[in-house]
Formats: sequence, C-alpha cells, structure tokens
Amino acid sequence: MPDTVVNLVDSPALGVLIGIAGVMAALTVNVLFLVWLERKVSAWIQRRMGPTEVGPFGMLQTIADMLKLISKQLITPRHVDKPLYHIAPVFVFVPVVAAASLFPFDEHVSLQNLDIGLVLVFAFGGLGIVGIFMAGWGSNNKYALLGAMRAVAQNISYEIPLILSTLSVVLMVNAMGDANTNGMNLAQVASMQHDKGFWFVLVQPVAAVIYFIAALAETNRAPFDIPEAESELVAGFHTEYSGMRFALFFFAEYSNMFIVAMVATVLFFGGWSGPLLPGAMWFFLKTYAIVFVMIWIRWTFPRLRFDQLMSFCWLVLIPLSILNLLVTAFIARAV
Amino acid sequence: MDPNYAPYVPVVIVTILVVGLAAVILLLNRMLGPRRPTNIKSIAFESGADPVSKPRHRMSVKFYMTAILFLVFDLEVVFIYPWASRYRAWLADDAFAPVAFGGMILFVFIVTLGLLYEWKRGAMDWE
Repeated sequence: MPDTVVNLVDSPALGVLIGIAGVMAALTVNVLFLVWLERKVSAWIQRRMGPTEVGPFGMLQTIADMLKLISKQLITPRHVDKPLYHIAPVFVFVPVVAAASLFPFDEHVSLQNLDIGLVLVFAFGGLGIVGIFMAGWGSNNKYALLGAMRAVAQNISYEIPLILSTLSVVLMVNAMGDANTNGMNLAQVASMQHDKGFWFVLVQPVAAVIYFIAALAETNRAPFDIPEAESELVAGFHTEYSGMRFALFFFAEYSNMFIVAMVATVLFFGGWSGPLLPGAMWFFLKTYAIVFVMIWIRWTFPRLRFDQLMSFCWLVLIPLSILNLLVTAFIARAV
Repeated sequence: MDPNYAPYVPVVIVTILVVGLAAVILLLNRMLGPRRPTNIKSIAFESGADPVSKPRHRMSVKFYMTAILFLVFDLEVVFIYPWASRYRAWLADDAFAPVAFGGMILFVFIVTLGLLYEWKRGAMDWE
C-alpha cells in the first residue's frame, strides 16, 4: 500500500525530492493566496475594494509586493547584535515550512507519515518563538524588545491550552481504536474520522473551541495581536527589518496561520474525508474555511488588553482544557 | 543508520533545503537591492525622534512569573503526552488500571494547587 508520496515512485530519493518540492510549492502558493484573501476580506468587511489593479481581482498583488520587497535595501541599523539580527528571520521562517511538510493532504498523500506528527508540529511551532525573541533582542530597539517580550509571554502561555486541547483528541482516538492506533499520527486521526463517519468537533466541542482561541493567540492575530499592536509598538519585533528579511517574517506569520488551520482540519474536521470531491480538495476547503473565520475575527473584534489576555489564558483556558482532558479520560474509562 | 530514524530523513532534508532557500532569497535581495546606508537610516527607529537612552536597559520584566508558571505547566504537559498515548494500554493492563485515571487526577490536583498559590500570591495581577 502506498503510504506516502515517497513510496509512489520507485526511487526513494526521487520521491522525497518530489514530495518536498510539492509541499514547498503548495505552501508558497497558499500563502500568497492567503495574503490576497486577507486583504480582500478585510476590504469587504470595511466596504472597500481592496487590491484591484494587478491581475484579475488583484490576485497578483502579493507577487508584485514580493518583487518590490526583493529590490529594496536591506538596512542593518547600527548597534544591532549582528549574529542574532541576521539569523532571526531564517530561524522564524524555517520551522514553519518544516512543520507544513508533516500533514496528510489526502488519504495516502503526505511527505512522511510520522508517528509523532502532532508533537513535531508543536515542536516546530515552539522554535519560532525563539526566533522572534532573537529578532526583538538583536534589533536594539525598544519597540522590538517590548514586542518580543509580549510575544514570548503570550506564546508560551497559550501553548499549554493549545497542546492540552489536542491531547484530549489524542486520548480519545487511542481509546476508540485498537492496540495499533496512535493518536499522535495525523493520518490515522483523519482516517479514523472517515471510518467512524463523524467529525471529532462533534464529540470534542470544548477542545475545538479552546484550540481555536489558543491558535489565534499563537499566531499573534487579532484580537490577540498585542505583540505587534501597530498603534503602540509600530511593528513589534520586526520593526527594524526591511526588504526580504521582513518578508520572511511575514511569510512565516501567514504560514503559521495556515498550519494551525491544518491541524484543526485534521484533528476536528475530518482532514481529507468528504464525499464526491477528491480528498485533497476537501482538506484545503476545510482549511480555508477555518482561515476565513480567523480573518473574519481579526477584522471584527477589537484588541484585548495584555492583563485580560494573560488572566484569560491562565484562569480560564488552562483549567478548562485540563478539565476537558480529565473528563475525556473518565468517559474513555467508562466506555 | 538506525532504521527507526528513516522516517525523519525527509523532515531533515526539508529543513536544510529551506535554510538554503532563505539564504538564496536574502542573497538575491542583497544583489538586487541598493546599498546606500546613511546616518539617519542606521539609527534605531523611535517614531522619527532621536533614540532616547539605550534600549537594553534593565527593565522590570513582569513576565518572569509567567515564565516560571510556564515551566511548571510545560513539564506537566510533558508528563501528559505519554499518559494520553498509553492510557488505553494501561487500562487494559491489570497492574496499571487502578492508577491510570486516579494517578493523573492526583498529579493534576497538585499542579492546580500550585497555580492557585501563584494566583493568590499575585502572579496574575498586572498593574
């Protein structure tokens, strides 16, 4: 049985390369589209037109922006911490692309179907925070440092409910399957929802809501965009970056949004499972539906205050997610 | 190489390739972009005004309490990961079945006591 793209062609090395090229191309195209979508949806919500000039419906606007950014001067301000300042954009950019290569896009289509896929996705997500702090500290700028501090505090806090809410799905998958079932394996979670015939959002609604809120905070998106609050911090941790260095941060941010939506698709909305259309199509349709809700929320709700943000995480989300996990375990024991 | 590591090879290759890609992008930018550094451009950005004092001052980081809390809870998550994975197997095992659920309740109870203590001590008060 061909389990991954890698096994579809005879030569494993060629298979790996095709798979990697496919994942990277898919991610790039999706991020470019996502930036356009965000601008169009925000324009639509605010009764504007959004980008219209470049290409049909302004769809090539992002590519034009990229070309502009690549011809801009790379400014390195004085007194920056040179190693940190130069490594930070790469350090933020690399983990998100690596994390995107771990997902099952269709029943047997994934670059590599890992038994600890879910753990690795969150591990790569955690690495990005280190890069953000490198950028904030290395920039030698007060706005950048404050933004990075806030980003770190926010990300480490919301990482806990994020992981705990997914763990209750993992536990449930293990309890519903047989001895070979592995809830950390993203492909198996999607297949199980296909076989059982229902989405896990129906049996784990609390986990799904907690995951979604924590994911918004993890991607630093409004109403949790305090690390980059334009009105107080200019641009937060990437204030001092120009040209493609800035673009790498920007790309990472939008890929991150896409990755948390993909995790939600796999864990709560059945992954590739769906009637009529091919699996990959369903996978991306669901992912885009979640991404659309994220954009919608960003352009509808005002920003929270930092103390509200932190106490909401520690006093509401974390106890609730632990409780949800214990209730899941209790039901799994009773069944 | 240990065959257990074989599934991770593509992930490592992706990581290396992406580092290369980022390097190429930045190199292209360096080649295509102009290089005209001026004095004004290379000072730290502070909304157009001259920077006031050095940014790496000692500052009160209210977040260190959060960081300590995070360490505790992240360790908790590290313990919950294998528990969630092995829960079903432990229930089936006679030696583990009695403690598979109660043990975790006790563990979570202790950690929650810690959270309550930190809360009462004012770790969540941001003035």
